[in-house]
Amino acid sequence: MSFFFEVLIGGLLSGVLYALVALGFVLIYKASGVFNFAQGAMVFFAALTFVGFQEVLPGWTGLEAGGRAVFWLAFALSLASMVVLGILTERVVLRPLVNQPHITLFMATIGLTFLVEGIAQAIWGANVRGLDLGIADEPIEWLLESADIIVSKFDVFAAVLAGVLVAALAMFFQYTKVGRALRAVADDHQAALSIGIPLQHIWAIVWAVAGFVALVAGLIWGARSGVQFALTFTALKALPVLILGGFTSVPGAIVGGLIIGASEKLAEVYIGPFVGGGIEGWFPYVLALLFLLVRPEGLFGEKHIDRV
Amino acid sequence: MKLKKTALIGATLVSLLTSGYAMAQEQFIGLPSYRVGAYASGGSGIYGGWIDYMTLINERDGGVNGVKLTWEECETEYNNARGVECYERLKGKGPTGNSVFQPLSTGITMSVLEKVPQDKIPMVTIGYGRTDAADGRVFPWVFPMISTYWTQASAIINYIGSREGGMENLKGKKIVQLYLDVAYGKEPHSIFDKLAEKYGFEIVKIPVANPGNEQQAQWLQIRQQKPDYVILWGWGVMNPTALRTAAKTGFSRDRIIGVWWSGAEEDTVPAGDAAKGYTAAGFNPAGTDFGVIKDIQKVVYGANKGNMEDKSRVGSVYYNRGVVHGIITVEAIRTAQEKFGKGQPLTGEQMRWGFENLDIDAARLKALGADGFMPDLKITCADHEGSGKLKFQQWDGAKWNVVTDWIEGDREMVRGLIEESAEAYAKEKGLTVRDCTKES
Repeated sequence: MSFFFEVLIGGLLSGVLYALVALGFVLIYKASGVFNFAQGAMVFFAALTFVGFQEVLPGWTGLEAGGRAVFWLAFALSLASMVVLGILTERVVLRPLVNQPHITLFMATIGLTFLVEGIAQAIWGANVRGLDLGIADEPIEWLLESADIIVSKFDVFAAVLAGVLVAALAMFFQYTKVGRALRAVADDHQAALSIGIPLQHIWAIVWAVAGFVALVAGLIWGARSGVQFALTFTALKALPVLILGGFTSVPGAIVGGLIIGASEKLAEVYIGPFVGGGIEGWFPYVLALLFLLVRPEGLFGEKHIDRV
Repeated sequence: MKLKKTALIGATLVSLLTSGYAMAQEQFIGLPSYRVGAYASGGSGIYGGWIDYMTLINERDGGVNGVKLTWEECETEYNNARGVECYERLKGKGPTGNSVFQPLSTGITMSVLEKVPQDKIPMVTIGYGRTDAADGRVFPWVFPMISTYWTQASAIINYIGSREGGMENLKGKKIVQLYLDVAYGKEPHSIFDKLAEKYGFEIVKIPVANPGNEQQAQWLQIRQQKPDYVILWGWGVMNPTALRTAAKTGFSRDRIIGVWWSGAEEDTVPAGDAAKGYTAAGFNPAGTDFGVIKDIQKVVYGANKGNMEDKSRVGSVYYNRGVVHGIITVEAIRTAQEKFGKGQPLTGEQMRWGFENLDIDAARLKALGADGFMPDLKITCADHEGSGKLKFQQWDGAKWNVVTDWIEGDREMVRGLIEESAEAYAKEKGLTVRDCTKES
């Protein structure tokens, strides 16, 4: 039985990491109704920029390589880069497409994906880098000794961080003026503009916040598997989470992440051996598709009703 | 006026002839490289090392018997469709067309497998590609040199046997093959089954869904299975993720043996301390303490003509693998020139002969400054693999250290399976199996 719980807990913690990536999608979707195909590329860009700054800052500033000062300075500069990227995206890609069909905006984000990936590699190179956040990726000893269950300290840290982020974002959307304006923009661009909500301003803020979420996700995923192009694939893990949790719900991203994480791990261990294994790549999509049949808007998504 | 016109025509003719002559003294090598995308770090290292070696030959020796090496890169992004496009784009270039195609991708290899005999361009696949193409009787245009995946699987079992104090001690042991769930990962399954039967160990195969950036479930299964060794048959992000998850689940890295696509700095550095003690196979070791690498540093980088943006990567596993590609290509040119005329650029057909008669023995390796850098290699009409020898390196947290001499796989057993598979392919495609006793 302890093995079952080990798999389950491991899955839930992995799910939180998926949710972290899904959050970026939710933010953009809430603001513009667009599925941002470039979110995975943004995660890669953010993490690569962070390790890139970590490499060059000691030479530029004389600060100790690998020290705290370099870490936080690199974090601040990466965050600034993500904000600039967000503002540029709004100015160059989204602003000319206001009031265009959503599919046009979606196609624009596909183009943005390749651009962001290319720029990241052009600036920082294609080398695979390690990333150490200073938190050991090793089992919590007392849990291992008392219950023979492996739970990683790093995964718990990532889950707590994601939890804090979600709580902060949920409050931001619910209780701030910008949050309310953002929801209005998501409902109807033209109506929001007509009552004086500055659409461009809101979009720039949201893309910048999505950039921040991408940076956090990039650091966590980068610390787990290295900072490399494969970070762009994390987006694939977020997609079934979004289908399940709903594209417009921040808490939905977390609940969806937990369900996907736990179910894919349990399926891999208990169903995988009967079908040749390696099923956790596609199992979440099957689950999400089945879910779509029952609740197309996702667990927490807004039900779409058209007046005929 | 007439004199002026004649002089002009004469000058033009001389200029054309001269440039034509200059062009004729060049051997063109098309490079279907990948420097962007998911596998850019591997591609930039390998193609960088390869280009640096060719630059060394041009700069130090003035080319191969006076024939300058020229090349052009074509970006494939490790994508099959782009690889085929590059193949087509490169094949007509240079005075004699592209003389060899080395795509560094099994997918692209498969995509152009049936094109290369028609276009008469040899395809060299060092450490990847189709294993049964090692049977030159059926695949005269394909050269999966040094070692195939099947030989590697056998060499790894031999290495584990040596660590256990003899092959007889493998009896009753449990070995897990953790593999990327694509054709590459499944390639050695039949060999592992046969070896398990032969030596009495149990083989457990655990797949990892592509790209392999999530392995919690697999390593918990491994924890439950309690194997003696794990063979890591990964690629890209799967490798550091495996090492970190192994550390997380308490599996000793000293008991993980990686394949040559899991044994580069790109696999260990991102894993941090979790990679310490991990061992991997390779047909080339890392390091700069080889004559050939020292020459590249002195002649190529000394003249600021190096291809690597990050010079610290010179001597890395992938970089050195690129130099191995360069050595094999240049030695094939040298071999073919011996037969078809020194100082002349070669056609693809002539290059094929060069590859098929390649013999890089210990003395030649020493002369090249590559003693211990790569195994000796002898290609024949029937055997396009030519070596089957591997070294094992262990990661100490900062660099790879060679821990064995060259270890050979069970080539006799592997060869039987290669011939069986190649003959089945020949039958399916209606190909005539070459009689190598009649080839010269």
